[in-house]
Amino acid sequence: MSPRGDRPMVPRADFKSYYGRPIVRPAPWTHDVAAYLFTGGLAAGSALLAAGGQATRRPRLRRAGRITALGALAASGYFLVADLGRPERFHHMLRVAKPTSPMSTGVWVFSAFGVAAGAAAVAEAAPLVPSRFARKVLPPVGAVAGLGAAAVAPALATYTAVLLSDTAAPSWHAAYPEMPFVFAGSALASGAGVGLIADPAPPARRMAVLGAALELYGARRIETTKGLLSEPYTTGRAGRLLRAGRALTALGVAGAVLGRGNRVVSALSGLSLLTASALTRFGIFDGGIASAKDPRYTVVPQRERLSRRNSPD
Amino acid sequence: MGNSLYGPLDPAPDAGYENAPPRMGFFTDTSVCIGCKACEVACKEWNAVPDDGFDLLGQSYDNTGGLSANTWRHVAFIEQPSEPVFLGMPGSDLPGRAEDAERTDFRWLMMSNVCKHCTHAGCLDVCPTGALFRTEFGTVVVQEDICNGCGYCVAACPYGVIDRREGDGRAWKCTMCYDRIGDGLTPACAQACPTQSIQYGELDVLRLAATERVEKLRAEGVASARLYGHDEEDGVGGDGAFFLLLDEPEVYGLPPDPVVTTKDLPDMWKRAGLAALTMAGAVVVAFLGRRP
Amino acid sequence: MAEAHPVGFQWVVEAKNRGARIFHIDPRFSRTSALAHTHVPMRAGADIAFLGGVINYILTNEKDFREYVVAYTNASMIVSEDFRDTEELDGLFSGYDTETNTYVQASWAYEGMEQHDEPHADTAEPMRHESHGPPVPRDSPRDPTLQHPRCVYQILKRHYARYTPEVVERLCGVPQEKFLEVCAAWTENSGRERTTALVYSVGWTQHSVGVQYIRTGAIIQLLLGNMGRPGGGVLALRGHASIQGSTDIPTLFNLLPGYLPMPHHEKHETFEQWIDAIRHPGQKGYWSKAESYAVSLLKAYFGTAATEDNDWGFDWLPRLTGDHGTYRQALDMIDGKIRGYFLLGQNPAVGSANGRAQRLGMANLEWLVVRDLYMIESATFWKGGPEGPTGEIVPERCRTEVFFMPAASHAEKEGTFTQTQRMLQWREKAVDPPGDARSELWFFYHLGKRVRERLAGSTLPRDQAIRNLTWDYDLIGARGDEPDAADVLKEINGYDLTTGRLLSTFNEMKPDGSTSGGCWIYTGVFKDGVNQAARRKPGREQNWVAPEWGWAWPANRRTLYNRASADPDGNPWSERKRYVWWDNAAGEWTGHDVPDFEKTKPPSYRPPEDATGVAAIAGDDAFIMQGDGKGWLYAPSGLIDGPMPTHYEPAESMVRNPLYGQQSNPTRKVYDRDDNLTNPSPPEKHSEVFPYVFSTSRLTEHHTAGGMSRQLAYLSELQPEMFVEVSPELAAERGLTHLGWAHIVTARAAIEAKVLVTSRLTPLRIEGRTIHQLWLPYHWGSEGLVTGDSANDLIGITLDPNVLIQESKVGTCDIQPGRRPIGKALLAYVEGYRRRAGLFPGHHTPIVTTEDADG
Ligand SMILES: Nc1nc2c(c(=O)[nH]1)N[C@H]1C(S)=C(S)[C@@H](COP(=O)(O)OP(=O)(O)OC[C@H]3O[C@@H](n4cnc5c(=O)[nH]c(N)nc54)[C@H](O)[C@@H]3O)O[C@H]1N2
Ligand SMILES: Nc1nc2c(c(=O)[nH]1)N[C@H]1C(S)=C(S)[C@@H](COP(=O)(O)OP(=O)(O)OC[C@H]3O[C@@H](n4cnc5c(=O)[nH]c(N)nc54)[C@H](O)[C@@H]3O)O[C@H]1N2
Ligand code: SF4
Ligand code: SF4
Ligand code: SF4
Ligand code: SF4
Ligand code: SF4
Ligand SMILES: [Mo]
Repeated sequence: MSPRGDRPMVPRADFKSYYGRPIVRPAPWTHDVAAYLFTGGLAAGSALLAAGGQATRRPRLRRAGRITALGALAASGYFLVADLGRPERFHHMLRVAKPTSPMSTGVWVFSAFGVAAGAAAVAEAAPLVPSRFARKVLPPVGAVAGLGAAAVAPALATYTAVLLSDTAAPSWHAAYPEMPFVFAGSALASGAGVGLIADPAPPARRMAVLGAALELYGARRIETTKGLLSEPYTTGRAGRLLRAGRALTALGVAGAVLGRGNRVVSALSGLSLLTASALTRFGIFDGGIASAKDPRYTVVPQRERLSRRNSPD
Repeated sequence: MGNSLYGPLDPAPDAGYENAPPRMGFFTDTSVCIGCKACEVACKEWNAVPDDGFDLLGQSYDNTGGLSANTWRHVAFIEQPSEPVFLGMPGSDLPGRAEDAERTDFRWLMMSNVCKHCTHAGCLDVCPTGALFRTEFGTVVVQEDICNGCGYCVAACPYGVIDRREGDGRAWKCTMCYDRIGDGLTPACAQACPTQSIQYGELDVLRLAATERVEKLRAEGVASARLYGHDEEDGVGGDGAFFLLLDEPEVYGLPPDPVVTTKDLPDMWKRAGLAALTMAGAVVVAFLGRRP
Repeated sequence: MAEAHPVGFQWVVEAKNRGARIFHIDPRFSRTSALAHTHVPMRAGADIAFLGGVINYILTNEKDFREYVVAYTNASMIVSEDFRDTEELDGLFSGYDTETNTYVQASWAYEGMEQHDEPHADTAEPMRHESHGPPVPRDSPRDPTLQHPRCVYQILKRHYARYTPEVVERLCGVPQEKFLEVCAAWTENSGRERTTALVYSVGWTQHSVGVQYIRTGAIIQLLLGNMGRPGGGVLALRGHASIQGSTDIPTLFNLLPGYLPMPHHEKHETFEQWIDAIRHPGQKGYWSKAESYAVSLLKAYFGTAATEDNDWGFDWLPRLTGDHGTYRQALDMIDGKIRGYFLLGQNPAVGSANGRAQRLGMANLEWLVVRDLYMIESATFWKGGPEGPTGEIVPERCRTEVFFMPAASHAEKEGTFTQTQRMLQWREKAVDPPGDARSELWFFYHLGKRVRERLAGSTLPRDQAIRNLTWDYDLIGARGDEPDAADVLKEINGYDLTTGRLLSTFNEMKPDGSTSGGCWIYTGVFKDGVNQAARRKPGREQNWVAPEWGWAWPANRRTLYNRASADPDGNPWSERKRYVWWDNAAGEWTGHDVPDFEKTKPPSYRPPEDATGVAAIAGDDAFIMQGDGKGWLYAPSGLIDGPMPTHYEPAESMVRNPLYGQQSNPTRKVYDRDDNLTNPSPPEKHSEVFPYVFSTSRLTEHHTAGGMSRQLAYLSELQPEMFVEVSPELAAERGLTHLGWAHIVTARAAIEAKVLVTSRLTPLRIEGRTIHQLWLPYHWGSEGLVTGDSANDLIGITLDPNVLIQESKVGTCDIQPGRRPIGKALLAYVEGYRRRAGLFPGHHTPIVTTEDADG
């Protein structure tokens, strides 16, 4: 040991970082963005649920799906704009369409989805409209719009994974192969949750199972196969959120499968799926932020990468 | 997209400039930096950047901490034991030293950090408004009247450079003094640097000068001298602002092997596509299953 | 240097890139050390021992540039039999007078030199000799073989014999190998083919032996043949932009422009007495023309009112009656002897030693005019200073009426700066000053006008000086009331009053009143009616000496005494170091620079027996301003503290002087009073109460007293808080924590600061003891964006006797964790330290501490 011991002083750069300061900068986003991830997924999942309902003539699923989709979308829009440093300049996003920017792509996907999902939801209001013509025209328009929304929905649900992964936040970036599956699964599960509440029919239950499976599989891979970069997802607040999410997903799926026929149980499992979906998004969000805040997650994997590259193999 | 997302490239023509002028850049040679911070101050003066607050950080003589929306040049100070031959304090035999304490060799590293004006700039790639753009000089600049503060660039920069300014909401960083170099002037920081630690010029010329410099230092026994960000084959296709360092990059708060995040973007979209298909498939399966 | 002269330091970096080896000899590891090849940490205040060691190394190993030394220095001069060295007298030279604590210098003289006598009772007297050298006969006995036991060379050798590498190690804490490395590098880089420049700044000057520090450096440079040659010299890095200018055209109490002495009320009763005291009739050199310079100055001051009949207005000049230095004045204010004060561009409440005495002094004035860019501590001491909480200055009762006048900054006015190379550079005005801010020139011109209007009818003798001043300048500027600075520069340059032509050189000055000139050494700056200081021809368009960039005094010479760059026969010492030489064919001196010698005087010229003045300068007397034409290794007179530099401990030290019984400079200027106590040093008891050495200096990020940096956000954020640097060892010893608070105590005050624990400070082993040094920046005060305690509150007023600079680079102190007490408790706290240190009211610091004195 050095004779100086560990007395505090102008710290020496032992850990090989600059006074332990972050190297990459955490995204300046608040939990609004995590909420956006959830509501976007929910909108997508609901739109798919609605389309399924439409195709298999389950009007309750269709209606619940379409209305949730629009509501979730509106919430999404709010969260997205709220987190801008200059919200009044939201429309600057529409100046360009930039394939290298997942946010740009996302905004266009979001807009396309919004038009379709909006139309589909409005169509649900046909019976209440005084105009006969409208009453006649709206349902077929809604049908087309509903299918259109469903067509865009998978993109809406998964682009957000690319949005996060396409950053320097080490754990987000490292998770890019699986994160879309987590988000897809999570979106499905949340859509299914809406279904379970509105009409606990078998498709909703099946959707819940499939979604949960996808989400759990992806999350498991992210939490175990990324070496040091998995750590932020298993520790701290991110770890707690993801664990709670997983428990609620399991509960929701169990309820969906076992509570068949029982509306209350079904509705409760729908709720847990929705909550689980939100928790997952918040967890993934926090994990990435945490990984950016600690220089270890930037330095160590990059060092390993360098030594792999430099060692003759 | 291929080469536009990574690998060697001359960014200005790639961005569509015809007859672009030569790419301009910085070579910051930390071996001659005296930590005077003239660059930091000159940058703020010229660009009217707000101060960063008055906090004694105790990070040696660094009290601004790092690059930020309000500090576009930042001088880092590192106090550490040194390699014996260079910048040394006398060895452990120092009779003036108290007996019980061993005097290790000591060195004080100083380094002026700045935006790297990457060949493949993550910030620029991800900017959804087009506020960030590539100039004819191959540099990367934010247009303050366009930026809506989405913050995406902040998360995408592999060097943690660009930052959103509190209270203002927009993203800010070094512009390589776009308003000066267009008139043939030297950027304010380089102009102020007394020891030519910051050299500004045509990137090709700077790269040659840097190679010579590092060889000279090595020949003088400074084994730890190395270039950082000069290699076009690196993860960002080389930096428009590159450095000569005397220790590992992370010691200065730099990533050891930065890679532009969009290098993997095609793969990301593929995975997302797959997930989307899976999702659609799952819905189909869910609904087309037998009606009970 | 990198810290305080970053722009100049680029040339060190450049030299390093070209292969130069950089040594940095400094108590602490600074930004300069970071770029040096070798940092040699040493004890503050011990440089004479270090440099004396270098002299010893040179002389023992015969590394001197012998031909140069014999030809151009006084090495061969024989010194009086009466001279006794410190080696014999336990640290005193012969002639010490214990009554006045000064020397009767007669015994230091060259053999046969007129004995002149009375002790230099009045300090700062030698400042008068700053450039013209004290009186010596033009010829005295010499031994060119340097063997005579009383020749300067042998005296030097004996004096420095004891400054061995072991002694350097014991005294400075510098390992012998490191020390010898420095010696070898310095000597190897000097001689016929190579030269070494010595660059110093206030780490050397702010000591009770500051002048002797620099003398030691000068001796080395002379021995190695580094003076008057390209790449050589002793260069002071100046501080404020025109500090050189403010000694040339002085802001000092004892000098007039061009280093003419301020007349003394007793010694210079008549004009002749005054002139003769400058030119020393019978002496050689250019001061023989002092009358022309003096008359021209008086003509510039008083114009047509100055006539031969009234001795050119000599009687209107003020007279010296003693010490009127800035520190004496602060104490006189406390004592109520001074009632009004102008403070221009200075912030003594923060920047001057013994801040408390400075503030208490100002608080006891009737009126105070402060002209500054900002509301500085020296303008707000009556309400915002540290004496508020202690109850020593109560705003309601403070009687001083403070007039604050906003000043125009250097960018807001035109004029010249004179830098360290004596080069004047003209600056244009960049912007108009804001609001009511005005230039100094404006202020004094209009103040003068008003005062003269008031005195218009006065017949009182004391008012005649002001009534007779020439006071007419072209007025320019948007308001039409700004005196034209170029007009003032012309007045300084001087005119031929018969034709109105601007003078081209001071050689044109006459003693008959037909010429004027405000500062004879500046004559030529307006040569040919052209503002030479405004020249900006790029270096690449002229020779490497760049004579057409600005203008250097005298006569645009860039290197003084450059005759020494050629050998006695007038040939360059070497091709590499060719600078100025004798062109036999043309019969004149020529070269890259303006020769500092009579243009057509051949190297072989030998003056006739009875020659005086310029004619007495021989063809090989390179140091033409010296009375004997030689560079002085030994100063036969003129310095208050001795003919050769000798190691004395700082006024405050916990180390007993290892070399002599005499502890500290026996002629240092002390103001022994209860408001200016000195911490005890051995052999006095209780030095352990203040067990650490502290030093103060600059941060790149701030400027001096902080008025110009703590007001700016971009600088304040870079160093936002007052701090103290301590080594990890000292931190452990005193329980100090990084970024925690500590307070530092001396007999004067206790101040608090944040702690920076850093290996850049290192304890040293001195005389077998561990000595901890701590370091403080001195930039903080109570005004501005970032505020903090002032380091100068810790420092007492002890001055170098020659130039009256304060010893602010080294002192002793205690440091303790935590913040200092506040209010009255603070006074009691410091009082406690004083009692423990035996510093009771009426205490006097012993001055003479030799064995004899003890016994
Ligand atoms: N940024 C900045 N630049 C400045 C100024 C400023 O305030 N800020 N001030 C200007 C002014 S007014 C001046 S006079 C100059 C001063 O310029 P410098 O003299 O360079 O300034 P300092 O930092 O006071 O002191 C220099 C060094 O002397 C060392 N020192 C102290 N005691 C001793 C000693 O006994 N022996 C030796 N060998 N070294 C010692 C100190 O550790 C310090 O590193 O700078 C000018 N330039
Ligand atoms: N402990 C310690 N004390 C020291 C030193 C040290 O090393 N240690 N160094 C000493 C040295 S070298 C120096 S030079 C002094 C400096 O001490 P000061 O001269 O007392 O301090 P400055 O802050 O330089 O004060 C200059 C003031 O002039 C003002 N000013 C600037 N330009 C103009 C102008 O054009 N006109 C007018 N009217 N005002 C102007 C500035 O705003 C500033 O307030 O400090 C000395 N004190
Ligand atoms: S360093 Fe960061 S901010 Fe600068 S160009 Fe590269 S990615 Fe953009
Ligand atoms: S914050 Fe501004 S510059 Fe950065 S990505 Fe968003 S719009 Fe572009
Ligand atoms: S190039 Fe200009 S904007 Fe960039 S750091 Fe330098 S001064 Fe600042
Ligand atoms: S101006 Fe130059 S020397 Fe000074 S800190 Fe900046 S890079 Fe270093
Ligand atoms: S402040 Fe002015 S004088 Fe001082 S180093 Fe900088 S440029 Fe030179
Ligand atoms: Mo100074």
